[in-house]
Amino acid sequence: MKLEIRHLTKSFGGVRAIDDVSLTFPSGSLSAVIGPNGAGKSTFFNLISGAFAPDAGEVLLEDHDVVGRSKTERMQLGIGRAFQVASCFPSMTVAENLMAAVTARIGEWGNIVRRFPPPGVRERAGEVMELVGLTHVENVEAAILSHGDQKLLDIAIALALEPKVLLLDEPTAGMGPDERWRMIERVRRLWDQRKLTLVFIEHDMDIVFQVASTIRVLCYGRVLAEGTPDQIRNNQAVIDAYLGKEEHAA
Amino acid sequence: MKSNGRSGTRETAIAAVALLIVLVVPFVHRSPAFEDFVIRLSAMALFATSLNLLVGNTGMVSFGHGMFYGLGAYAFALMMQMTELSLPVAAMLAVLFTTLAALCVGAICVRLSTDYFAFITLAFQMLIYSVIISWQSLTGGDQGLRGGLPRREIFGFDLASQLHLYQCCAVVAVLGLLALRHISASPFGQTLRMIRDNESRTGFLGVVLWRARLWAFTIAGGFAGLGGVLAALFVSGAYPELADWPNSGQAIFAVMLGGINSFLGPVLGAAMLLALNDVVARVTEYQGLVLGIVILIFALGLRRGVLDFFRVAWSKDSQ
Repeated sequence: MKLEIRHLTKSFGGVRAIDDVSLTFPSGSLSAVIGPNGAGKSTFFNLISGAFAPDAGEVLLEDHDVVGRSKTERMQLGIGRAFQVASCFPSMTVAENLMAAVTARIGEWGNIVRRFPPPGVRERAGEVMELVGLTHVENVEAAILSHGDQKLLDIAIALALEPKVLLLDEPTAGMGPDERWRMIERVRRLWDQRKLTLVFIEHDMDIVFQVASTIRVLCYGRVLAEGTPDQIRNNQAVIDAYLGKEEHAA
Repeated sequence: MKSNGRSGTRETAIAAVALLIVLVVPFVHRSPAFEDFVIRLSAMALFATSLNLLVGNTGMVSFGHGMFYGLGAYAFALMMQMTELSLPVAAMLAVLFTTLAALCVGAICVRLSTDYFAFITLAFQMLIYSVIISWQSLTGGDQGLRGGLPRREIFGFDLASQLHLYQCCAVVAVLGLLALRHISASPFGQTLRMIRDNESRTGFLGVVLWRARLWAFTIAGGFAGLGGVLAALFVSGAYPELADWPNSGQAIFAVMLGGINSFLGPVLGAAMLLALNDVVARVTEYQGLVLGIVILIFALGLRRGVLDFFRVAWSKDSQ
């Protein structure tokens, strides 16, 4: 599913967090959004997923504007997201987390007659668990999972909602170098298996340049550059503003 | 993992056995004090467990839950005194009335954040209490509804007889608790736990937060009203104290004493609280002081309710 952003603008008390951003994410693409801290990356995700309303601009999903639609409607239309700080349900087990998400997805969250989980939900949650590789901790409470597994669970919850477009806010945040690569490999596999339009925010430039097919650079709420890894690596504006003098040869 | 159908059957079986034991006791040994205790416990258990649907399940701390207990009692007693309705019909209408009242109060309260939610529920309780006190012609003011409830037999049961009242209250309480258990084990119950755990993520999953909270508040109010009906049967009338805020406090104590994360925690807490009240009242007139100390000991010593404490200890052992 194609995601297209047109002239998106959002200010917080006089500061333009997102300033006239226009970007297109083609169906089935795998893109990275990079930029220095405070560039507006998370705000950008919040505007797409419906956490905030933009001041101006359009968010087009397959050419239909979803600005003005609620978070719930956007979820149903196929926009999913995971969070920078893993966001799950700590007192529940991994399986319960995912069953709860699937139950919400099929609109059964208000059902008072049945017992939890409704029929079929356990199976669908099991599929997602297998897909992300959490089956071995199925009956572990989310609160005591390792940091990496919590991030995975967060992504799994998003996947349980069967998104077409998936936004991942720093999937490797807080991980060591090896764990980062394992995580991003998993993400790439998910993207491939589920034919997702995937957008991720990432600070590790090695990962970004190796994994993403296109890269968008945000700086002070504006699009500084976009292009293939090679184009970005040699873009003078990006080097000045963000990459600096470090070596980034893969 | 155990299958759902079976665990549902198991709960029903446990409830049936418990009910059977309670019903058999008077045939073995008649003890008016014990029967009194069970009757009061039935009302209090429904009251506290319904509150825990908000506190433990959803993370909504209501300080005004007593208003629905009181409203249930008054609605039922007034209908019995002023109409010719049969007892079960009057009871059902009283519960319906309380449920609607909870829907209206909830519609105003549930959108507020935690702290303000607690305050506004308390404010509503004070409002309802004031109305009961001031509307003397209807409610008897601070004297309460006097003159008793007219005796009406239901299916050969005469609720003026202590034994029959005992049996009736036990059955109603067990059925009410089973219904609450079912709700807490439903997808909706799971949704309430999601809201408690992580409200913002729950919103991203497509749950309409205010609607889920409002349903929880309404259901809890209805079951508190059912508890109030039993209380009205016990005292043969209704008193403003039933709707006063210390009564809400009693329910909160029961929930905290017994444990918010165990379904039967509030029932155990209610039993402990009632027993303590009875014992302490015999020894000293400074009941509040003794109760306060006991609660402090539990809060500081166990750091959680009794059932929660044992559950955590047990799961640590088994690991």
